[in-house]
Amino acid sequence: MLDRAGLPAKDEVTRRVRFRGAGFVPASSRCGGWIALALVIAIWQAAGSAGLVNALFLPTPSAIVRAIYQLAISGALWQHLSASLLRIGVGWLLGTAAGIAVGFAIGLSRLARSVGITFISALFPIPKIALLPLLILWLGIGEEPKIATIALGVFFSTAISVYSGVDAVPRNLIRMAQSFNVPFATIVRKVIWPGALPAILAGFRITASVALLLVVSAEMIGAQYGIGAFVLQAGNLMQTDQLLAGVVILSVFGLAVGKVIGWLEMRLLHWR
Amino acid sequence: MDLIASHISHRFGDLAVLDDVSFTVGAGEVVAVVGPSGCGKSTLLSILGGLLQPTSGAPELRGSPPADSLNPLTFVFQDFALLPWATVEQNVEFPLLHAQLSAAQRRALVDDALRRTGLTDFRKTYPKQLSGGMRQRVGISRALAVKPAILLMDEPLSALDSQTRELLMEDFVRLLADGGMGAVYVTHNLEEAARLADRIVVLSRRPGRIREVVTVPMTRTERGEAAAREKLLALQTQIWSLIRNEAIDAEREVQHA
Repeated sequence: MLDRAGLPAKDEVTRRVRFRGAGFVPASSRCGGWIALALVIAIWQAAGSAGLVNALFLPTPSAIVRAIYQLAISGALWQHLSASLLRIGVGWLLGTAAGIAVGFAIGLSRLARSVGITFISALFPIPKIALLPLLILWLGIGEEPKIATIALGVFFSTAISVYSGVDAVPRNLIRMAQSFNVPFATIVRKVIWPGALPAILAGFRITASVALLLVVSAEMIGAQYGIGAFVLQAGNLMQTDQLLAGVVILSVFGLAVGKVIGWLEMRLLHWR
Repeated sequence: MDLIASHISHRFGDLAVLDDVSFTVGAGEVVAVVGPSGCGKSTLLSILGGLLQPTSGAPELRGSPPADSLNPLTFVFQDFALLPWATVEQNVEFPLLHAQLSAAQRRALVDDALRRTGLTDFRKTYPKQLSGGMRQRVGISRALAVKPAILLMDEPLSALDSQTRELLMEDFVRLLADGGMGAVYVTHNLEEAARLADRIVVLSRRPGRIREVVTVPMTRTERGEAAAREKLLALQTQIWSLIRNEAIDAEREVQHA
C-alpha cells in the first residue's frame, strides 16, 4: 500500500517551494544567430540606402555583393584568392608537419623537451610578421618569405598544442599499454596519437586563424596578388566596396576552414 | 609459475613507502594485500608487475608460465584504463595486436574473453556508453584475452557501487576457479580479501612492512555458502584488529598532510 501519511489535508494551507534552479545553462539556437546577422545586414542596407551613412566610409551590403560579383566575373577574385590559398596551404602544411614532429619529440623525449621548450618559449612571443623583412633578405622577394612567415607562425602554435596534447594523455593508459608489453611505436600510434588528437585539432583552429592573419599581413607588405594585397590596393584607391569585398572573402574563408575542422572533429573525435 | 616479492623496499624521494616486503604467490594461488591507506599496496603491485623499479629488492619469477600465456603478469586497473576511442572489442584486442597471432587467432581470443565476461553483445560499444561495472568487465576481458598466469588487481572494485561490486566479485570467484590463474589482489576492503584470497598479506602503515600473513581456512566455493559467513566475518574482524589503530593514524596523517 502506498504510504500517504504526512500529506496535508485538503483544506490545509501550503506553500509551494520556489524553483531556484533556472539559468546558467545557455543553449544556442541554430537559427537565432542567422536571424540576428540578417537583421544587422538589413539595418545596414536600409541605413545606406536612405543616405544615413556615407557610402565611401561604409558601402551597403548590396554594393559589397556587387563588388564581389564583378571581381568574380573579371577573374581578379580567383587570381587573388588562388595566390593567397597557395601561400596559406603550403605555409600551413609545412608549419603543421614541423610542429607535429617537434611537439611529439618534446612530449616524448627528455632531451627534446629540455631544448625545445626553451627555444619555443623564447621564440613564440615574437610577432612572426616582424621577421618578414629578414626572411625576404634570406629567401628573396618571391613566394618563399611569405610562405616561411606563415609556416613559422603555424609551427610554434602547433608544436605547443601537440606537446600539451601529448602531456594530457592519461598516464594510466600508457602504463596499461606498457603492462601488456606493447612496443613504443604502437603506444605512440594507438594511445598517444588518438589521446592527443583533441588538443591537436583545437590547435588547428588556432593555426588556421594565425595563417590567415599572416598571409594578409605578408601580402600587404610585399605582394602584387593575394587578398591582402587586394585589400591594401582598394584602401589606397578608396574603393571601400572592393576593400570590404576582400574582408568578406576572408571571413567566408575563415568560416569554411572552421567548418572543415569541425567536420574533422566530428569524424575523428566521435568517441568523446 | 610463482611470483616472488623478494625483500622489496621503495622510497619516493625522502618518503619510505615499503620496507623489506617478501612473500610468494604460488601457481593458481590468490594473495590479497591489505593495509591502511598509504601503506604502499598499489606501489607494491606496480613493482611486482614491472611498472616501477624498487629502491631495493626485486620481484622474481620461478618456473615457466603456461605455454599459451601471452602476458604472464597482467594488470586489472582500479580506473579500468580503457582506451575511450576504441570499442569494447578493440580494447580487448589491443594487447594482442603486437603478438605473433593471425587475425583469426586474435578474433578467437577476443571472442572467448568477451564470452567469459558476458560482453559479447556489447562488442561494438564505446566505454563511455557503459556503466562502471561493465567497463571493469572490459578491463577483465582484456586481461583474460592474454591468458595470464597471475592477475595483478589494483582495487578493481573500489570505483564501483556495492551492488555491482557484489556481482563482479561473483565473476572473480568463477573466473579464478575456471582459469587456474593466480592473483595478487590489492584492496582496502576486508570482505573482498576474505572472499577471494587464499592468503591475506597484512601490511603495516607507511613504510609498509608485512605485519602478518593470514591463511583463509576455506575453499572459495565454501566461502559462498551461508554457513561460512560467520567464519569469514570473524576473519575480517581479526584482520581489522591488526590494522585498526594504524588505519586511524594513517587517516589522521592524510588529514594533516
